[in-house]
Amino acid sequence: MQVPAPFEYERATSVDEAIALLTRHGADARLVAGGHSLLPMMKLRLARPETLIDINGLSDLDYIRVDGDEIALGAMTRHAAVLDSPLLAEHYRIFAEAERVIADPLVRNRGTVGGSLCQADPSEDLSAVFSALRGRAVIRAASGTRSVDLRDFHRGPYETAVGPAEILLEVRVPIRPRTGSAYQKVERRAGDWSIAAVGAFVQIDGDTISDVGIGITAVGAEHFACVAAEDQLRGSPATPEAVAAAAATCARSCHPSADQRGPEDYKRHLVEVLAGRALTQSIARARGEAS
Amino acid sequence: MHVNVTVNGAETGADIEARLLLVHYLRNELGLTGTHWGCDTSNCGACTVWLDGVPVKSCTTLAGMADGHEVRTVEGLEGTDLDPVQQGFVEEHGLQCGFCTPGMMMTARALLDRDPDPDEATIREAISGNLCRCTGYENIIRAVRWAATHEAAARAADQEGAGV
Amino acid sequence: MTATEAPIPDVSTSAAGNPLGFGRMLRKEDARFVRGQGHYVDDVNLHGMLHSAILRSSYAHARIVSIDTSAAEAHPKVKAVITGKTLETLNLAWMPTLSGDVVSVLATDKVRFQGQEVAYVVAEDEYAARDALELIEVEYEPLPAVVDARHALDPDAPIIRDDLEGRTDNKIYDWEAGDQAACDEVFANAEVVVAEDMIYPRVHPAPMETCGSVAHMDKVTGKLTIWTTTQAPHAHRTIYALVAGLPEQKIQVISPDIGGGFGNKVGIYPGYVLSIVGSIVTGAPVKWVEDRSENLMSTSFARDYHMHGEIAATREGKILALRVDVLADHGAFNGVAQPTKFPAGFFHIFTGSYDYPAAHCKVTAVYTNKALGGVAYACSFRITEAVYLVERMVTCLADELKMDPAELRMKNLLRPEQFPYTSPTGWEYDSGDYPRALKEAMRIAGYDELRREQAERRAAAAGPDADPAAPLMGIGLSFFTEGVGAGPRKHMDILGLGMADGCELRIHPTGKAQLRLSVQTQGQGHETTFAQIVSHVIGLPPEDIEVIHGDTDNTPFGLGTYGSRSTPVSGAAAAVAAQRIKDKARIIAAAALECSVDDLEWEHGRWFVKGDPSQGKTIAEIAMAAHSSLELPEGVEGHLDASVVYNPPNLTYPFGAYICVVDVDPQTGVVKVRRFIAVDDCGPRINPMIVEGQVHGGLADGVGMALMEVIAFDSDGNNLGGSFMDYLLPTSMECPSWELGETVTPSPHHPIGVKGVGESATVGSPPAVVNAVLDAIQVRQADMPFTPAMTWRALQGRNLRPDLAIE
Repeated sequence: MQVPAPFEYERATSVDEAIALLTRHGADARLVAGGHSLLPMMKLRLARPETLIDINGLSDLDYIRVDGDEIALGAMTRHAAVLDSPLLAEHYRIFAEAERVIADPLVRNRGTVGGSLCQADPSEDLSAVFSALRGRAVIRAASGTRSVDLRDFHRGPYETAVGPAEILLEVRVPIRPRTGSAYQKVERRAGDWSIAAVGAFVQIDGDTISDVGIGITAVGAEHFACVAAEDQLRGSPATPEAVAAAAATCARSCHPSADQRGPEDYKRHLVEVLAGRALTQSIARARGEAS
Repeated sequence: MHVNVTVNGAETGADIEARLLLVHYLRNELGLTGTHWGCDTSNCGACTVWLDGVPVKSCTTLAGMADGHEVRTVEGLEGTDLDPVQQGFVEEHGLQCGFCTPGMMMTARALLDRDPDPDEATIREAISGNLCRCTGYENIIRAVRWAATHEAAARAADQEGAGV
Repeated sequence: MTATEAPIPDVSTSAAGNPLGFGRMLRKEDARFVRGQGHYVDDVNLHGMLHSAILRSSYAHARIVSIDTSAAEAHPKVKAVITGKTLETLNLAWMPTLSGDVVSVLATDKVRFQGQEVAYVVAEDEYAARDALELIEVEYEPLPAVVDARHALDPDAPIIRDDLEGRTDNKIYDWEAGDQAACDEVFANAEVVVAEDMIYPRVHPAPMETCGSVAHMDKVTGKLTIWTTTQAPHAHRTIYALVAGLPEQKIQVISPDIGGGFGNKVGIYPGYVLSIVGSIVTGAPVKWVEDRSENLMSTSFARDYHMHGEIAATREGKILALRVDVLADHGAFNGVAQPTKFPAGFFHIFTGSYDYPAAHCKVTAVYTNKALGGVAYACSFRITEAVYLVERMVTCLADELKMDPAELRMKNLLRPEQFPYTSPTGWEYDSGDYPRALKEAMRIAGYDELRREQAERRAAAAGPDADPAAPLMGIGLSFFTEGVGAGPRKHMDILGLGMADGCELRIHPTGKAQLRLSVQTQGQGHETTFAQIVSHVIGLPPEDIEVIHGDTDNTPFGLGTYGSRSTPVSGAAAAVAAQRIKDKARIIAAAALECSVDDLEWEHGRWFVKGDPSQGKTIAEIAMAAHSSLELPEGVEGHLDASVVYNPPNLTYPFGAYICVVDVDPQTGVVKVRRFIAVDDCGPRINPMIVEGQVHGGLADGVGMALMEVIAFDSDGNNLGGSFMDYLLPTSMECPSWELGETVTPSPHHPIGVKGVGESATVGSPPAVVNAVLDAIQVRQADMPFTPAMTWRALQGRNLRPDLAIE
């Protein structure tokens, strides 16, 4: 069996302690929560942190709650809790639909929202979900707390806005009335990473789309989103034609690369299909026409 | 580092390297070889054990993460009798080579504790992180249903007994 | 029992409620497995045991310039570092393959595939052994790699096997079967000819347990004990003796519980040999267990056949001939595990289940810079590829003739009265009623109703209000004839070892029995079914019959479990041994009852005097008598034992009819298997529960291969299926609830009529799924696996090659 290279192990019992440990151990320290993404990479020796800081004790970061006009998800919230959350189900179906196709139930029992976002795999699903919903990441350093738009959170594959001595505390998502959301993913097999996936929310005002968010993963979409398609839809009537045009924009604007999940043309086509489906479903849900 | 882990209700402890994986702690330090491993990438679920009542993949969990916590393995399933899940796997031929079986049963036990009457689709989804190469899953699903049915009957009998 | 007598299933049960013979019986082995008490190789833990790991090549083709092991040797926990140079001094750097080639144990001159063994570390623990691998420095001089088999024979292709003297190209062999001239003549005059190219891509058996071994060379006694993942413990023992020059009587191979084999654990891998070397060098027991990537990248792959098929027929749909040209990618060494006289395995059974006179096949095998293997993954020595070819070609012909594929098959299936049937390439099928099986599958499926539904859906899709996302429904058929139970010694051997299997049955004085087998279960349930075989013949309760296997010191010689051969060969040996016990018991009973053997009749496990059932002896009573002071007739030895070596007169030929129904999302290419109907005929079923379980597993294999499993390589020879993140096994979500049926046609030459079933579903199911997908998208030919991308590109008429990197 593959095993990781040696490392120092520390356990943080509070956020402040985690930050202090990160500060003390420097750039070669990594936080670990569920570990289901990081540990396989360490076993392959593609990642070799000198110090691993276990933050599984930070249970105060495990929550999904309404806070003002936002929903806040703590970084230590396990995927399984997101999938099962009645609060999220009430406001955003996109969460459960995305979570149901993230890895498998056992991984979801252990993996966390913060871990997935901070691992920043370019095919990660929650990145597209939060990007679609235009969430904000709340990041804490010794000097204080700051907030970053999810769309500015990813700095590249496996790189985020979280600095070496910082920790992601939570992600906040605005609550929007008259809104429907959906997540559409195609994978080669249950539990596989996306070939492509598109998440969306649509807010309806009469027959008009008053607001919209489109998140896209696994195909090199900038900031896991498609701003051009959103601009195209915002203020336009919620018609199949408008959806089709926006879906085409999504397909044009992403930058998929060929791999064993599929060639570039297929992935681009898939984005168009899935964007169309996610938007259509979101509109129907916003109108109360679909479950 | 030193860890103390409650395994199947018993206190265990050892001085270990920080990098020791939970599956190796169980197998090598404690000799509990019922927990297997089949991949390195948390894909196959052969290494499934419970950590604080929740099934997890022990090949990508550090032993250190279980320090001060409770672990349950296949060796902890049997009580006075076989657990209904174990009996179901026997009755419905839910195993062939037996390698995925411990992990599969740990997942199944957790499912039934949460949902005592799961339908086929629910069972399929619950075990989708546990790979089996022998059974095509059919008899595993029947085994879980066998356990659900027999547990329901046992509960009903208990209630009836209590009412007398 | 005579050879042609169909056995009558025994319906009576033992005190424990088990059938006395055939019937559903819960497995004896499950008691340990459900308690986590299975004992697999990695569970072996010996006092003072060391651990080891193998450094593997990152290149597909490169010259080794130098290997520096000094830093690894300096690691405080490292006990030994071994390279090809060390092995050369022991004359162990190379070992023979099962196909007359050689393969390096540790590379000395070049590496020839990514993942090839380069150096070996023995250390105090596994973590240290793996750390030390990183301390070994290997300088490589990269060479161009041969990746696409179709270019292996190009004049400018790099020569992979320059270790073999006189090598000027990458060809391993040309081989053919059938009458080419006769076949070509039929084709020249045929009304209809359909030709297609297809690839059965490289896949991997990937049992849940990887390969491994624990070797212990006792320096005092000179005895080597090796616990190892082997499907063929006796063959391994003999090969260790031949390779390492160790005295065979001092080698004990123990194959404990095996976590699935599927052909992955037939061959001898360098890791096994290295653990032996490690134990010799360090004087301690040494464990080696590969990780999943090592398993997928270096141990026996399966298939990798590039096939050009042509089928000839009349316009009315009478098939006249089939011919096929195969380019076989064997990887960097010819390491296929198959009978010596069959370089392409049993592929030339490709004429399948149909009645036509002419056939010809030509197979060209080539070296490429990929791992070795080829015969594995429940393939019945390449009958998998053969069935795929013929079932695809017949389906293509139906498409050409615009005829229902079931009707075309029914028109051409062999008829019951044609058995025993000699195929155009020389196979003698023992028995069958093919139309009955196909009709049964169609009945269970509701075939006509399915076709009606499909027609309605297609009409709706062509209409004005068509939903562009409406699923495309496809129905696929496959009819297969297997050939299992290799095999007659005069035709079949592996490395000169004839494919007969031994069996020993002892009835102890108290009437309890032990049965010792040469074959080795990897989940097939031998401890249960073999007890049932003995019970069926002599009437002892199966719970009183202990089956012993997997330890060469305690079992008779035989070639092991693969190619669905356990029941056809070893099962026959067990039945014959039991029959000999029964015959001898009659003599002893006659002596005890003081009557003539001719006066005795057999029923329910006892011999009794004709006309006086109260005067009789059970097998248990006879066993005590056999061990007692009872005087036995002249020439009759005491005790109640039998020893048999069974040499099968022919293969057995199980068969089946499969129907798969899929729904394809035309926009995304996602395939959903809606239903799968499998009617298998493997003769009488010893334990129907176990037979059905084996069929279930094989059907999942078919879904896996047809929809997701593949090992492709990029242009540098990098393996693109080297972990379970990339090599996808089907989960519970992709498998439907299997619908099984059966017909029963006994084998006329097997002592209890049974045929073997372990690989039937793996052999028969892939073409059913593929035919269903192609029926759904109405494309005549595209290659599996039908991942969403492959399916969508096929729909676009721009097929992707499954064996190469997608670009």
